[in-house]
Amino acid sequence: MIRVVLAAMMTIALAAPLKAAVEIQEVTSPGGIEAWLVQENSIPFVSLEIRFLGGSSLDPEGKRGVTKLMTGLIEEGAGELDAAAFAEARDGLAASFEFSVQDDALSVSVRMLTENRDEAVELLRQALVNPRFDEDAVERVRAQLLSGIRSDLTDPNWIANRTFDDMVYGDHPYGSSSDGSLESVAALTRDDIVEAFRAVAARERVYVGASGDISASELGLLLDRLLGDLPEKAAPLPGPAAVNISGGVTIVPFDTPQSVAFFGQPGIARNDPDFFAAFVANEIFGGGGLQSRLSEEVRVKRGLTYGIGSYLVNFDDADMLLGRFASANDRVAEAIGVVKDEWANIAANGVTEQELDEAKTYLTGAYPLRFDGNGPIARILVGMQTIDLTPDYITSRNENIEAVTLDDIKRVAARLYQPENLRFVVVGQPEGLEEIN
Amino acid sequence: MRRFIAVIIPLVVALAGPAKAAEVTSFLLENGLDVVVLEDHRAPAVVHMMWYRVGSADEPRGVSGIAHYLEHLMFKATDELESGEFSATVARNGGSDNAFTSYDYTAYFQRVASDRLELMMRMEASRMDGLALVEEDIATERDVVIEERNQRTENDPGALFGEQRRAAQFLSHPYGIPIIGWKHEAEALTLKDAVSFYEQHYGPNNAILIVAGDVEPDEVRRLAEQYYGVIPPNPNVKPRNRVTEPPQLAERRLSYADPRIGQAYVVRTYLAPERDAGAQEEAAALTLLAELLGGSSTTSFFADKLQFETQVAIYSAAFYSGLSLDDTTFGLVVVPSEGVSLAEAEAAMDQAVADFLEAGVNMEDLERIRVQIRASEIYEQDNLSSLARTYGAGLTSGLTIEDIQAWPQILADVTAEDIMAAAEKIFERRNAVTGWLMTEGSEELMQ
Repeated sequence: MIRVVLAAMMTIALAAPLKAAVEIQEVTSPGGIEAWLVQENSIPFVSLEIRFLGGSSLDPEGKRGVTKLMTGLIEEGAGELDAAAFAEARDGLAASFEFSVQDDALSVSVRMLTENRDEAVELLRQALVNPRFDEDAVERVRAQLLSGIRSDLTDPNWIANRTFDDMVYGDHPYGSSSDGSLESVAALTRDDIVEAFRAVAARERVYVGASGDISASELGLLLDRLLGDLPEKAAPLPGPAAVNISGGVTIVPFDTPQSVAFFGQPGIARNDPDFFAAFVANEIFGGGGLQSRLSEEVRVKRGLTYGIGSYLVNFDDADMLLGRFASANDRVAEAIGVVKDEWANIAANGVTEQELDEAKTYLTGAYPLRFDGNGPIARILVGMQTIDLTPDYITSRNENIEAVTLDDIKRVAARLYQPENLRFVVVGQPEGLEEIN
Repeated sequence: MRRFIAVIIPLVVALAGPAKAAEVTSFLLENGLDVVVLEDHRAPAVVHMMWYRVGSADEPRGVSGIAHYLEHLMFKATDELESGEFSATVARNGGSDNAFTSYDYTAYFQRVASDRLELMMRMEASRMDGLALVEEDIATERDVVIEERNQRTENDPGALFGEQRRAAQFLSHPYGIPIIGWKHEAEALTLKDAVSFYEQHYGPNNAILIVAGDVEPDEVRRLAEQYYGVIPPNPNVKPRNRVTEPPQLAERRLSYADPRIGQAYVVRTYLAPERDAGAQEEAAALTLLAELLGGSSTTSFFADKLQFETQVAIYSAAFYSGLSLDDTTFGLVVVPSEGVSLAEAEAAMDQAVADFLEAGVNMEDLERIRVQIRASEIYEQDNLSSLARTYGAGLTSGLTIEDIQAWPQILADVTAEDIMAAAEKIFERRNAVTGWLMTEGSEELMQ
């Protein structure tokens, strides 16, 4: 049942030919649950990343925030144990289970010592199969969620994010806060929470990555114990979002010294033939380092912000090109002008040969450095599976980046960067900035 | 259930540090540069860090923020490198680099494939004594720093409140001044200020090199001799001689309201001893006290009293980190439930502390924490960057390698009596600053 795929992690970068090999084993448990494993026995613990596709976007109509609230309750009592007893049992094993939820997935990040792994698995199984959702725990966690919402309502970053998402995604779940509103969260019942748990925690949409001190056969048995009792079917996913975006500037007046600017436009699908070219183009344009064009023009040359970037974001139901920065109220208009100019520039002219070469050596050299410990490796393994990659992607990924040509970038930049569709949302008291609808 | 709460806890409680996590080698170059090598051969990568024993608490008065501003300027031109060339070269080699400034240290680091180590050393050596600042870099980078302050502090009322509380906590010691600097002083920093600070504090005899990853100590020594060994010691470097806090005789109380506050809370900090070389026992007891009192939002004494037994609070915590050159703080925070006033929240917090002093240490709770301390030594082995930072922060905070390695055992040896003795001593209101962060329009007055 256990198929082993060797995927030597190679880089053919000019500069940094790392020789590390990450050996991914594709494991299928006796009960039919699949997982990817990187076995590394030198430190006696294992990291598991368990991801259920369909996160806060599964919130039913009128029940916004229920998946978030439910996620906060999974560890607050399970089986025979109430919240405190569960936490004591977990801490006594020195295990850690972190439950988190995003728009598209609910994630469980697990760390367990080899010496007491069976007990830790049994405890986690209780949370995944028999969460209690006790009334007192519901009220306690609901109050925490409401407090967080109250804080967010006066946070300029949150306001910018919400304004942008509402404008772009409308009625799709992406269009509203996954925390819900003060009203929607106040109205949620225990039944809603139980239903939200059933909607997401099912075998048909679970992905698992494991890294550390565990063999393939041990992992197979662990998967059956941990996840074997979950139901097969989850609730239907919401389907693609209709992205509604037009170029312009939206201003939300807010009394604070520094304006927060979010910007974005439609992006490019992960399976588009030009995706890698777009990825490299955006690394040059707005990637992580201080070397990107946006950072060079807005921060380094003009000192207009502490940080600026642009990101290709592939949600399950929408592909976007997004970015953000913050500038003092009297300087944000200038910064927006610079961003617009750069947008038009790359669309019209692409990038230079030197920029392309440098981006390639950076991206191919940095990739192996991501495999930095059991937790990060387990997360990478899950991320790959959820977007239907195969283990040999670890090798082919850098080859794909090396294959991008200057012409590819020019073609994709002309298509990707659309100055006419670039929308800014600015929260603050910007001076000399006009709204453009 | 910490994740929904927007309150920022100023210091993360680090339960344990490393012990035998990686093979550790150390040596001293003739020019005074300390070198620490942490071997981990699992992946062909290396973290190269240069830590300087200088931070914002070493700044002259009136030029607050100069240590952090200089950290930004260290990425500009040197005798051998053009402005920006350092980071661009790291990126071209597939690596990442950055830097950070704290009260007691300034550190620069790169993470790259291990066969790039020599290149990193060549560049880092170049800016150890060859920084070549020019006016044009200075002005725009100061604007960047101001935008950083805007982003971190001016736009965040919780951060502004934190600055005010720290200023009240330290009557004379520079820990009361923000690392990034007071805004009016940071705006006025000059090229001369930066050069003067650099010439006063930078040099091999005020630095610690940490190399962690797939390296051999002999090779690190050879390269370090070649690139850093040739730099003469800086004669301007003097031992750090910080001012001593006067006796704190009067409790300080402050309140801050801002329309941008959505959730009120009460926070109190007490002046507290830090970890000292050869004497870390009291700090270890305080570390465990913070853990028992408010280290878990489900099982701690505070959680039990304030969130489970009563529903006074939606969140409560205690926090302490002993990693500091001079005296630090031990803190408590309570976020009241809806309908509970800050006065009631503070009274409940005080009652919970009194109840803890009365009840003493629950041995089952202490045993669970000991299990976690032992486990953290295993988990720590998997995170080399964090290990390197632990050594860097420890060594620049006056500890020795032996102190850092002894820490987990010292924590494990703390008894219930030690914890209660530390507790009896720490909750001294004359040393304390109590702050109320309030929503605008709140009618409540601080008592």
